[in-house]
Amino acid sequence: MAETAGHGGGHSPLAQFEIHQIVPIKIGGVDVSFTNSSLLMVIAVALATLFLMLGMRRGALVPGRWQSAAEVTYEFVAGLFRETVGQEGRRFFPFVFTLFLFILFGNMLGLMPYSFTFTSHIIVTFALAAVVFVGVTIVGFAKHGLRFFTFFVPPGAPILMWPLLIPIEVISYLSRPISLSVRLFANILAGHTLLKVIAGFVAVLGVAGVLPLAVVVALTGLEMLIAFLQAYVFAILTCLYLNDALHLH
Amino acid sequence: MSDEPDPSSQDDFDARLRAAQAKRPKRTEKSDRYARGGGLALAFRIGVELVSALIVGVGIGILLDRWLGTTPWMLLLFFVLGSAAGILNVFRAMGGYGYGAGYRRPDNEGDRAGRDRRHD
Repeated sequence: MAETAGHGGGHSPLAQFEIHQIVPIKIGGVDVSFTNSSLLMVIAVALATLFLMLGMRRGALVPGRWQSAAEVTYEFVAGLFRETVGQEGRRFFPFVFTLFLFILFGNMLGLMPYSFTFTSHIIVTFALAAVVFVGVTIVGFAKHGLRFFTFFVPPGAPILMWPLLIPIEVISYLSRPISLSVRLFANILAGHTLLKVIAGFVAVLGVAGVLPLAVVVALTGLEMLIAFLQAYVFAILTCLYLNDALHLH
Repeated sequence: MSDEPDPSSQDDFDARLRAAQAKRPKRTEKSDRYARGGGLALAFRIGVELVSALIVGVGIGILLDRWLGTTPWMLLLFFVLGSAAGILNVFRAMGGYGYGAGYRRPDNEGDRAGRDRRHD
């Protein structure tokens, strides 16, 4: 019993976050193995692609169930994008839509039993947030050139205050990728840990285990909401940052 | 889908297009609250906003100290600046200013149009 627990044999609530190598690959001393995290990412991309490709295969005027689902998803993100960024950022929409679907499928797939949630690792969410951050900054510079730096000067502030206010604004700007990644990662990590901890009570309590079982059922529903909500928040924040870069203030 | 007018009549297309555009949801206080989630999510968000700016501030301070050899002065300075940036983040998130930098409320279309004109 103790041995299996020691090997993370499903007894620790944190065992679900362990990374396993599936295909060990080493390039130039760097470990780039194909892991369970990579596998789930590939599955998420494949499922998202299948969902849209098969859903829109017929492109019927009166959509069927599957096509409706694909259209509703598209409409949802398109509406979100339209009301936060507007027309001039239109060419960045595919990026936001892809990001939303990737995170949504990652979160949802993580709720399947025996699966793995790649969004529960800070390095994954931070990489996503860093791409958004660097991309948005490049867009800002491409659109406004050096005038982008006026972004950090609060309008109407006296020049005397600038040496104090500009570092604060810059720090606030630099904190974006951190808050963006930590929010997604921590929500997913906390939710999944809580699920496992409460599920652990079910077997231990015997007949009274019905109670934690009911809680787990309710929590799974809540987790689905959070899985969706966090993908939504990530997408809407990307939109808002993009809007900032396009319009400055 | 079924309550829409007959799609074959093209005459009133413009009218229907205008109606559909008017129906388009505006970014409102309500949709903001939806994005914020419940009370716990709100509290969590505030915490993340506060701490992330502090992490960046302290990180910059430590790096500058290591680079300039001024331990611990830069750390102290940027700790304070990072705290201020954290409070600024919280103020923006809660004051309805959205998550962006700047002090303009992201409310309606007219505002955005005005902002575009101002920069032209």
